[in-house]
Amino acid sequence: MSTKEHKIGEIVAEHHLREGALLPILHAVQAEFGCVDADSEAMIAKGLNLSRADVHGVVSFYHDFHDTPELRPVVQVCRAEACKARGVEAIIAQATAAAGDRVKVQTVYCLGLCSSGPSARVGDRLYARLDGPKLAQIVENA
Amino acid sequence: MIIRISDDALARALGADELAAAFAGKGHEVQRTSSWGMHWLEPLVEIDGQGFGPATLEDVDDILDGAASEIAIGAIEQHPFIAKQQRLTFSRAGKTRPLSLEDYEATGGWSGLKRARQMGSEQILAEVTQSGLRGRGGAGFPAGIKWQTVARAEGAQKYIVCNADEGDSGTFADRMLMEGDPYLLIEGMAIAGEAVGADKGYIYIRSEYPDAIAKLEKAIELSAGLVAPFELEVRVGAGAYVCGEETSLLNSLEGKRGEVRAKPPLPAIEGLFGKPTVVNNVLTLAAVPHILAEGGASAYEQLGLARSKGTMPIQLAGNIKHGGLFETAFGVTLGELVNDIGGGTESGRPVKAVQVGGPLGAYIHPDDFGIRFDYEEYTAADALIGHGGITVFDDTADMGSMARFAMEFCAAESCGKCTPCRIGAVRGVEIIDRIRDAKTGGGRAPDHVERLDVMHNAPRHGRSQEQEIGLLTDLCETMKFGSLCALGGFTPFPVMSALKHWPEDFTGRAAAEAEAAE
Repeated sequence: MSTKEHKIGEIVAEHHLREGALLPILHAVQAEFGCVDADSEAMIAKGLNLSRADVHGVVSFYHDFHDTPELRPVVQVCRAEACKARGVEAIIAQATAAAGDRVKVQTVYCLGLCSSGPSARVGDRLYARLDGPKLAQIVENA
Repeated sequence: MIIRISDDALARALGADELAAAFAGKGHEVQRTSSWGMHWLEPLVEIDGQGFGPATLEDVDDILDGAASEIAIGAIEQHPFIAKQQRLTFSRAGKTRPLSLEDYEATGGWSGLKRARQMGSEQILAEVTQSGLRGRGGAGFPAGIKWQTVARAEGAQKYIVCNADEGDSGTFADRMLMEGDPYLLIEGMAIAGEAVGADKGYIYIRSEYPDAIAKLEKAIELSAGLVAPFELEVRVGAGAYVCGEETSLLNSLEGKRGEVRAKPPLPAIEGLFGKPTVVNNVLTLAAVPHILAEGGASAYEQLGLARSKGTMPIQLAGNIKHGGLFETAFGVTLGELVNDIGGGTESGRPVKAVQVGGPLGAYIHPDDFGIRFDYEEYTAADALIGHGGITVFDDTADMGSMARFAMEFCAAESCGKCTPCRIGAVRGVEIIDRIRDAKTGGGRAPDHVERLDVMHNAPRHGRSQEQEIGLLTDLCETMKFGSLCALGGFTPFPVMSALKHWPEDFTGRAAAEAEAAE
């Protein structure tokens, strides 16, 4: 048994008695491996006695689950209405320029800091009241 | 000296942690409280009721020496932004430590639950119904009626589900409440459980709110003994906006794709795992402990106007000078909110548009600022209150591109179940692009199929800009009346309101180009 199979087995065993266990399991697998790939889907499906199509359908529905791990650091930048009203579109180019190929600048819709945008998130750290240079700095430090 | 600094996610995003560490490093006791909701002043430092903000690390010494007059705002409770409010749901905002059971109890916590347990189901249902409380998530359905339906439904197992999937841009009240006063939500859910006979509750929080998730998980653990036998669990969303729709949320909780269910059956009859389920927004459930306090229901009912009773935590966001949380009774006009309370735009430029109710809410023109905060008044104006978020735009905003974004957002977030939303939103983006295309003058040439000889009845002249606008209007009608849920059904609100009030933002580029070419 591969270590991956073993680990996924543990995750399934930890959660499978909960009501609606699939989402918590997918979150745990995504956190452990940085993605939920086809192999993982098959293992989870087996563990929960679901079809692989059922699991794949759920994985592919949600934006948070990916089929390949993101190796670059990720900077999430909110580009929803309230941050647009506070000028995020004008500073996004600076962020992507600072990111180059090294960092992934990902668009998200709303971090809940709408009175003080533009805002960004790196891991669980949030940033608000950003301007071009501040955002570029965050990208460079990511 | 006791220094009070918020540990709300917004304050932390603006450096509150570093600031707290600096004060602690100088030997002072630092208490981390909830946020007062004056976001333009965050991070706000409070010493003996006096506020200083927005404070930076450079201000630490000056604040301690009493030399920080530039950022001093005086007594926080007397600040006009706070003094003008009627805070019920947010009565503890800024005043208590979020996870302190001691603080919660000292400010009247658990008294609603205690009273509820004494009086029993029928009486709780009667008081919640009497209060006139309506669902704060956007639909505005009377909470008492929903609870009665669940209470009378047959079933050994029932559930209370809290919708904390606050995805609307311009809203943050759920986040503030969960981070700032988590026990209030827990108490509200326990009362709901008592009322309908449910012993299990789920709080579905979006994954974009790591602080709220952590705080609630901790709060549930600390208060488990107090709400037992009622049990609570946090479930984390996975980045799907549509899961804020109640039936989609239920599917997601069940571990399925977050696709919308057709109604009926109502979730109150067949909800989570097919069992009778109360699905309420955070703010709805958090309003309940106040209503269940002695005389709370009639006090609540006396606030507001017509059929919109009580208070609404309104969120002032976007390009606004004084952004933050403003809880007040229904009836306040939009002009008061934006200009008097919010202080106009932060950029200092004139207000061009205000979007009320999140990404699916209408854009309101400053000419219509007399509109009062009231479910029915907004509905009559082809607009919606939604979750109470107000996003202000100054005159640099391009409303054509905001309309396009509304369609683009709907296309990206559609669950795919119904055609008007799934296909309509994609077509909506295409039509708006064509209307705004300067090269073609806002229309399009006849396509290959239209030019085929066999297509006798097809028009051979393509479409003019005017016809494209007609098509967009038709599409919006189809989405509005044909979609299963509010995502497809309400996306036409921002699109059509933008088109109605600022048509030049759709046609202007094409027209300007044509003029330049002449």
